[in-house]
Formats: sequence, structure tokens, C-alpha cells
Amino acid sequence: MNLAIRDIRYNLGRFLLTGVGLGLLIGVVMAMAGIYRGFVVEATAILNAAEADLWVVQKDTRGPFAESSRIPEDLYRSLAVIPGVQEAAPVSYQNAQVQRAGVTLRLYVVGHRPRAPGGHGRLVAGRAIGQKRYEAVADQSAGLQIGEVFELGRNRYTVVGLTREAVSSGGDPALFLSLVDAQELQFKKSPEAIRNDRERIETSLRGVTRAAPAVAPRVTAAIEVMTQSTHVANAIAVRLEPGADPGEVARRITAWKHHTVLTTTEQEEILREIVIEKVRRQIRLFMVILLVVSTVIVALIIYTLTIDKLREIATLKLIGAPGFVVVKLIMQQSLALGTIAFVVGSVLIHLLYDRFPRRVVLFPSDQLVLMAIVGGICVLASLLGIRRALAVDPLQALGG
Amino acid sequence: MPVLRFERLTKIYGSGDTAVVGIEDAAMSVERGQLVAITGPSGSGKSTLLAAIGLIGQPSAGRIEIDGEEVYNDGWVGPDPTEIRRRKIGFIFQHHNLIPFLTVAENVRVALDINGVRGRAAGDKVQELLAYLQIEHRARSYPARISGGERQRVAIARALANEPLLILADEPTASLDTERGKTVMDHLRRLAREKESAVITVTHDERMIDGFDRVGRVQDGRLLVSPEKSISSKGESAWRDNCGVRI
Repeated sequence: MNLAIRDIRYNLGRFLLTGVGLGLLIGVVMAMAGIYRGFVVEATAILNAAEADLWVVQKDTRGPFAESSRIPEDLYRSLAVIPGVQEAAPVSYQNAQVQRAGVTLRLYVVGHRPRAPGGHGRLVAGRAIGQKRYEAVADQSAGLQIGEVFELGRNRYTVVGLTREAVSSGGDPALFLSLVDAQELQFKKSPEAIRNDRERIETSLRGVTRAAPAVAPRVTAAIEVMTQSTHVANAIAVRLEPGADPGEVARRITAWKHHTVLTTTEQEEILREIVIEKVRRQIRLFMVILLVVSTVIVALIIYTLTIDKLREIATLKLIGAPGFVVVKLIMQQSLALGTIAFVVGSVLIHLLYDRFPRRVVLFPSDQLVLMAIVGGICVLASLLGIRRALAVDPLQALGG
Repeated sequence: MPVLRFERLTKIYGSGDTAVVGIEDAAMSVERGQLVAITGPSGSGKSTLLAAIGLIGQPSAGRIEIDGEEVYNDGWVGPDPTEIRRRKIGFIFQHHNLIPFLTVAENVRVALDINGVRGRAAGDKVQELLAYLQIEHRARSYPARISGGERQRVAIARALANEPLLILADEPTASLDTERGKTVMDHLRRLAREKESAVITVTHDERMIDGFDRVGRVQDGRLLVSPEKSISSKGESAWRDNCGVRI
């Protein structure tokens, strides 16, 4: 006879209410676990959407996601001919803000060459960028609509496609522009800065132009081009030929060029271990605190339920019930409470997950782990009640 | 062979100057089918005696034999006392001590379950006991929904579940009115007669001891037991006359 189920059946309302209360707490634990996982998924979302195998960045940096990196845009041409490389394309990344209906929208602008590595992957609506300038593909979490025109920097852009779950490690929705547009946004100087640069360079070259006045117009033209150039990228995304060894190709690039090469796996590690590490640790600590609080609460609930049944436990012992009958009663109730709490927590998180401003991701494996943790908490929490119950003297059943 | 035999049974609480004698040098032998009442004023040691012979509280000294098997001889000997309680002793409590979250039928069944009797055999036994105590119509009710007399009958049914040789009842009528108390006592007499269990009832209500085979009186920890078949319905004076013989 299962005494735990019968006790729950008899006190169903009270038990369910307790389970729901605990479920809310477990729901918070699940939300934290989901946010934790969400950080990891978001941090690598753009990296994974880029469909690149290698990232060539400024020497001795771990860019472009963890550190600033600047390299010449045309480096991709020489990389493209290295054995094992299928395709190489320059990419740029930067944060930007858009004013939309009086609200400031923070975006992560990705400059890329359409259909080349470093892009946005699959679209959920619309099309990819089809012309060199003034078109954009936005992540749908930005709230921009297809056909919508918005201002960014000095230009106006039209949204032609929407992608999904492409956000930066900070959770900002991605906005994919053509490389030229993104470079202009990031690297084009203001007229004042251009004038300053021009005058500084001209001052430095004054001796040359005085000595050779004939070259002065050419020098002036060169200075004009230099000060207005935006042919800079943050990284070159490299896609390898099928079967090519990323380590081997990376070694070749490093040997021939003065740049740092990172594989996508290394970039993932950098993002996980450096970029979001503090946030991860903070959430992990908060989760641990919540789990400890949950354990204490379950222990107190089970202890109280046990105290309420001391006379019945004494009677059971008196009529010959062995210790394991009592242990089973308490342990099963604790696990039943944990099960209710887990179900309530799961339902809660499934109802609310898309209301969180950042992604909440719970894989089935995460839920299994959480279920095991809740089970462990229940077993641990029941020990206090079990200890009390086993200490009950059958004599307590006698008398008034 | 006696169902229960004890001698030199002594229980002392505390030690030294603060020692309190609960039971001192008690002895008795109870045969199958005998109905024995243990009476005495509050604090005289009745419940201490019941706890000792029910193998619940450990005596300070003495010897206890149940169904010919020595279980205590200045210390536990032989099988585990819990095991003996489960197989050979049935308990009826002052406040019936039914499990509130079990139905009437389940309260009886739990005793069978603890003893390893399950399935159809347990179901049939529960039906039989509830019918025997005329409470089968309450089988699905919870204890809180039935009367005090019915609860005590359920407690008797539970005590009988494993067909014990010895039934120990602790003030079984204390929480009942006179009429219901008499009904419960009638049941105890009946089961001693029909089931041939030895029944030892602790009671302070001397009106309830009519028809008992023997009466023991506990006074300041000492047990005085009347001779067999000496109790009639003549009341307290007759009882007093018959007591005083110490075995």
C-alpha cells in the first residue's frame, strides 16, 4: 500500500498548493538556467550564422567579437588562393543605434558580402541584399518590418529580409548591411576629421611638394583618397573546401601573412570563456543560491508534513511497520512534491519564455539535468524529516 | 501453553535519587482466549505495564515470554521485538489512532500490508473483519466521517487483521460514552471467545470490567491479580474482595 499517495490524495488541495508554490520557485530556477543557456546560444548565434571555418583577424588580437580588430579589406583576395580555402570574405561588426518611432533601437551591424561567409544564414522572410547599397536584412527581434525605411548614420536603408535568432553576445538584434554600407558607417570620417587629417599629412609632405612642385597635384589627390578610404574590415571570414583541415590551413595563413587565425571552435571558446564568462558565473551563482533556497524550503515543507504525522508514524511503528515504510512515505512525498513543482515550473517557463527580453533556451537535456537536480534536492531535503520520523518512539501512540 | 507470561517485570525511570518506579516485580500468565482487565488510578503504572508487555518500552528488568518464546530476559533476546509485535500482538488505542488519510478499509489493510499480506487475500480479510465488526458499510469512509464507536471498531478490526495471539487495549472506552463503551467491550469479549485471542485491556473505568476472566490492579507500580473466573457483575465491592491475590 502506498501511504504517500494516500496522504496526498487526502490532503490534495494543500499538497497541490504547496507544490505550485514550490513550482514557482523551480520556475525561477528554470528561467535562470534558460537565460544561462540563452547567453551561450546568443553569444555564438552570429558566429554560427556566418558559416565560416576560419577567422583571420588583426595580429595578436582575439577579434572580432572579443577584441577590436582591423585588417585591410583586400586581404581576402590573397587568402582566397591559399590551398584548402574555398571562399574568403571581409566582414565588419559594430554597434549602432536607430531612432524608430521615438524609441532608440540598439543594433549590432554586420557588414558582409551577400552569399559569402560572414552573412546571416537562412532568412525567415523576404530576400537577401540584392544591391550594393542601402538595403538591409534585420533580425526579427528588432521589430523592423519588410519594406520599412529607417535612418542609420547619414543614410536611409530599406529592410528587404528578416532573419531569426541572430543577435550579438549582448543580446542586440543583428542588422546585416552590405560591406560598403557598414564600412562607411564604421570607418568614414566626419568632414572635420578629414580636413584635419588632410592638413596634417600635407604639412608633413610640405618639403616634398616644395622640392618637386610638379608632383604636388598627385600628392594632394593621394592624400584625398587616403583620408577618405574606408577599405578596412574587422575580420576575413574563410570557408574551407570540403575535407580541408582547418588547423593546416590556419598554419599556412599564419606562416605567410602577419595575421592571427582563429577557427570557429576557438571563436566559440573565446565567446564562452571570455565574452560572457562573468555573466555566466553570475547566473550560475544565482542558480546555486536558488537551488539551496529550494532545498531549504522543500526540507521545511517535508519536515512540517512529517511533524503533522508523528502520531500516525508512531502508530505504524507500534503495529510493526519497519523503518523503511516510514522512510518510503516521506521520501515519496518529497519526490511527489518535487515532481509537481517541476511540472509547474516547466509549464510556467514554457508559457513565459518568449516574454523575456533575451533568449531563454532550455534543451531537453537541460530539462533532464534540472529534473535530476530537483530529484536530488527532494531526496536531500527529506533527510531531515526522515531523521525526525525514525526518532519517533512507538510509545507516543499510547496515551492521550 | 500461556500466550503471555511475565515475571519480575520492573521498569524504573531515571536513576539515583530521582529514580521513579513505574512497575515493580510484576508477574502474570495469560492463556489463549482469556479476557484480562488491568485497572488502577491514573499514574499507577498501567500504561507502563502495557508498554512493557507490548514490547514497546524496554523494561529495566524481568522476563517476558510470548507464545512460549522468550523475548526478554533482563534484555532483548530472540527475535526483533518489532517483528513479534507485527506477527503476534494487536493493539487497540485510547484514541483509536486510525490513520486519518486512509479509509476504514485501508486502515485495516495497512496492518496486513505491513505483515506482507497483499492483493486478494488482503481484500477478503478486510471484508471479513469489517463484516465481523459490522462496519462494512463504512469501508470507504475516512475516520473523520464516522462516529467514535465506529472508529474504535475499525481499530479493533485493525488489531485483529493479523490474527494475533495477544490483543492489548489501552483505555479503549475512554473516549466513548457509556453505551458505546459497553459495545466496544462486548466486541472484545466476543473476539476473546470466538477468535481465542488473549485480550488484556487497561482501563480505569471499573464499570466496564464485567465478564472479564481476570482483573489485575496496579497500585503504586505493583500488580495485584485476581484469580481466574472470579469477576462477576456484582460491582466494585465484589471486585475488591477478589483482588489482592498476588501471583
